[in-house]
Amino acid sequence: MPPEDSTAKKTGKARPRVTANDMADKQQEISVTEFFEKNKQILGFDSRSKSLLMGIKEAVDNSLDACEEADILPDIEVRIEKVDDEEYHISIEDNGPGIVHKMMANVFGRLLYGSRFHALRQSRGQQGIGISATVMYGNITTGKPAHVISLIESDDIDRTAWEMDIVVDTKTNRPIVTNDKAVNWEGKQHGTKISYTIKGRYITGKQSVFEYLKNTAIVNPHAEIVFHDPEGKKYVFERATDIMPPRPKEIKPHPEGMEIGDVLKYSSNSAQKTVLAFLKNDFSRITDRIAKEITEISKVDGNKKPSDITREDAIAILDVIKKVKIMAPPTDCLSPIGDTLIKKGLMHVLDGLRPEYYATPVTRAPKAVNGNPFVVEAGIVYGGDIPSDSQVQILRFANRVPLLYQQGACAITKAISEMDWRRYGLEQRGGKGIPFGPAIILVHVASTKVPFTSEGKEAVAGFPELQSEIGLALRLCARNLKSHLNKMERKNKTHAKFEIVQEILPDMAKKAADHLGRPVPSLDRTITRIMNVVWVEPSVKKDGKTKRTITYTVYNYTSIPRTFRLHAHLPKECLKDLTLYSSPFFLDINDEGKANWEIRDIQPSANVTVAFDLSGDMADTFDADDIYFSGLNPVMVMGAEMLPGDWGIKGMEIVESADDYVEDDDEKEDQEEEDLDDE
Amino acid sequence: MRRKTRRKRTLTMNDRQQKALDSLTGVVEGIYDQLDGGEIPAMDLPLRSKKNIEFDGQHNVWTYGDLKTSRTAKTVNGAVMMLRTVYTSDFINDMIRDNKSSTLREMYYISEGWNNAKFHSQDESNLLAEDLETITGCMREDFKLRPEESGAHVYGDLNFTTMTKKGMKTMNCIDDVSEAGFAVPYKVEEDTFQIDPGTTKFIMAIETGGMYARLIENGFPEKYGCALVHLSGQPARSTRRLIKRLNEEYDLPVTVFTDGDPWSFRIFASVAYGAIKTAHISEYLATPTAQFIGVTASDILNYDLPTDKLNDKDIGALNAELSDPRFADEFWVSEIQAMLGMKKKSEQQALAKYGLDYVTDRYLPEKLTDMGVL
Repeated sequence: MPPEDSTAKKTGKARPRVTANDMADKQQEISVTEFFEKNKQILGFDSRSKSLLMGIKEAVDNSLDACEEADILPDIEVRIEKVDDEEYHISIEDNGPGIVHKMMANVFGRLLYGSRFHALRQSRGQQGIGISATVMYGNITTGKPAHVISLIESDDIDRTAWEMDIVVDTKTNRPIVTNDKAVNWEGKQHGTKISYTIKGRYITGKQSVFEYLKNTAIVNPHAEIVFHDPEGKKYVFERATDIMPPRPKEIKPHPEGMEIGDVLKYSSNSAQKTVLAFLKNDFSRITDRIAKEITEISKVDGNKKPSDITREDAIAILDVIKKVKIMAPPTDCLSPIGDTLIKKGLMHVLDGLRPEYYATPVTRAPKAVNGNPFVVEAGIVYGGDIPSDSQVQILRFANRVPLLYQQGACAITKAISEMDWRRYGLEQRGGKGIPFGPAIILVHVASTKVPFTSEGKEAVAGFPELQSEIGLALRLCARNLKSHLNKMERKNKTHAKFEIVQEILPDMAKKAADHLGRPVPSLDRTITRIMNVVWVEPSVKKDGKTKRTITYTVYNYTSIPRTFRLHAHLPKECLKDLTLYSSPFFLDINDEGKANWEIRDIQPSANVTVAFDLSGDMADTFDADDIYFSGLNPVMVMGAEMLPGDWGIKGMEIVESADDYVEDDDEKEDQEEEDLDDE
Repeated sequence: MRRKTRRKRTLTMNDRQQKALDSLTGVVEGIYDQLDGGEIPAMDLPLRSKKNIEFDGQHNVWTYGDLKTSRTAKTVNGAVMMLRTVYTSDFINDMIRDNKSSTLREMYYISEGWNNAKFHSQDESNLLAEDLETITGCMREDFKLRPEESGAHVYGDLNFTTMTKKGMKTMNCIDDVSEAGFAVPYKVEEDTFQIDPGTTKFIMAIETGGMYARLIENGFPEKYGCALVHLSGQPARSTRRLIKRLNEEYDLPVTVFTDGDPWSFRIFASVAYGAIKTAHISEYLATPTAQFIGVTASDILNYDLPTDKLNDKDIGALNAELSDPRFADEFWVSEIQAMLGMKKKSEQQALAKYGLDYVTDRYLPEKLTDMGVL
């Protein structure tokens, strides 16, 4: 309140009346740009360190989106240079399709300008607000314009790139362009580079640019990202695969979840001639029959022009839409990363931690809520050098973009906290909260419209369907983890026996024979007595980054010849050598890469080997411990699991009806040296 | 002449060692035959726990009962222990042949080269040596294995004739020794260690070095014809063997003087009844007629001694003793329960409350007279 007002009040003088006309003089349009300038935190520019990250994040997201649309494997280079204590010069260069000259200014210098604002499709930048906001923020904080150079792909020999300096006019939300000129961009085929100066603070740690780029590399294994930090250190996240993610398709809006305003907006803009055609053609999943049903029940004339739809019509139509059965929206507009690539990305980036296990990632089937399809993916990395005494690390992603801020407010965190992780081998106080243990949990939510808690796009807002999908994905993944942990425990136990027969007994026999001066006795019968199982021992030989030789040695430690099958799910694209097919035990392999071997009549005390080579990008994603068998009683096999029922391939029947297997009676070691504290 | 004796000793392998050699070879043969016969190697050992000690009426000591534990190569522990048995037997064999000996600690280090049979701690090698004793009925001294530390010290008017670098030599345990007394070697069998009891009338085994020194300073051994044996905690085997020989071969009464706490009661038990760990050789080591002087729970009351509170471990130890068959007699049950009742323990040196001479002038004469030793 202005001070003169209060003085007026005190002295009892009448306040000068302000008329509506006076007010109208002062009322003026506040441009979107001006609004955001005053409310920077809405866009996430609320601290110096965050501002620095946000700008890079917007630029990188745009680059990845553009490359994906143009089917280009992205090469992105991010460089941060320190100008002075507070000022940083930042540049982001990509090899995307480039931006045509006349659009450049608008793309970088005008808020809310973009091609995506009205499209329903999964993309990283969803509102097109980001990069121009960065340019604006740079302008405001340093007074320096942003510099943009772009070259579009063309067959011309003398391709011309355009560069310019851009400032956002905050009053009009229009770009002010200077130094606009054509240049020759040496050595570049196509792409865009933006550089700007910004006030910020460079930090390391959980919410750093490095962390953001690292996480981006995990969920974008098809991208190569190079980062130069302010100290001149260069980090390279190499491309882990040449497989591009499928291009997300655009879909029409789904009627579910529409508001009255939406109906009116769409109807007034519709190019259709009739309401019936409008319903059928402008929305997804509305058929002739449904369009008719809607108009009939709502009593809206199906033959009038869509632009004649009144507010009452819209209410009536929405009312009916809630009642009629409409198929869920198509989900092919989503581009989940997929289990193999999640694993690949995690392995590629987290290799330095030498994790013991990558739980098979889970990609849920897409679901739709309020007309927006979404899909949830989860992955867990366990063990190795991941610290075991602190909370698990949570990697949150929305449409392949890492979320680094507001972990506590995020639906992903909430879903993780609500699960009882103790059942899956992680520590958790009271079965609630973020669990503890040597694990990293990854959750990716992809949707045509990810519900964020704010424009800063930092946390996913929860709704029950999403919450439950995240929970289901996590549980599936956690089950994989638990079964791995169980398997390891079993393996450690059974491995002890293997050690007895492979090392201890032969040593004992030799030493005793030496001592007595007698021949070394054959141990076959003793070993059969101790083991009485068929033993499968996997081994992996690494040969460079892209080649693995997998060998299974199968020992028959039982007293009769055995016939059975082995099964493994191989990454098909890695079977480039003939080693698999040339194995005498090889039976066949199906389209999914599920391979079968049959081992016939392996004699007691004999062993055979099944070996094959894997080569290529995905060679390291195969876990040699994932070997399955059929045709034997499960109690007779160690080192392999029984063929799961849901594999969709027929295993071998167990032939022996009454097995000659004798249950081990004395597993327990007698407690001998119990209370010898006497001496 | 001396030289000749020594050479002769190195050449002859005595009967005990021959027996040890034969028994160890028998053990290895057992394992070999089982392997050769396609069996899973296994061996039975007495269960070495307080659940399995029985009173041996013939020797009046506690020995292992009939409970057996079966060791089989089916488990890693069992297989490793058997592998060690083979390696250790072989090693001992070589030592006996070459007339060498080693400490248990040296054997632990030698096992470094034994692959899977390697000992991971010295406890493991000690236990294996004891296992071999129980299997073969020999003593670890026969295996040429000796403990790291030698036995305790003896002070009193008796003479020991023992092997030194300069041949057999006789020493008086007052005249020929320092104030600390005579250091007991690891092997005190007749062949290398001969005893002449001199004027000694009885033996007193003492737990702490402080009390041992106090009694020497006060001239107690000379005045009462007593030989003091300093146990220094749980007595080593050779210490117990020496006490046993003094008692059995020379009819000297044995008394034991310790602190008044549960752990000291166990020291007495191992001297008098035999230790659980070495129950297979109790008849060589235990002195069933040994008498406990104190400090008893009753002493704490009768002499009004300064005390400490029992801690949780002490209470646990006392309760464990109540279920230990060696303490299952009227005297011990009442002493243990009295101590549990008062929740207090005391040290022998607490007697100094009444002056430095009190223990030699009042306490010991009173107690020993009551016990009929004086």
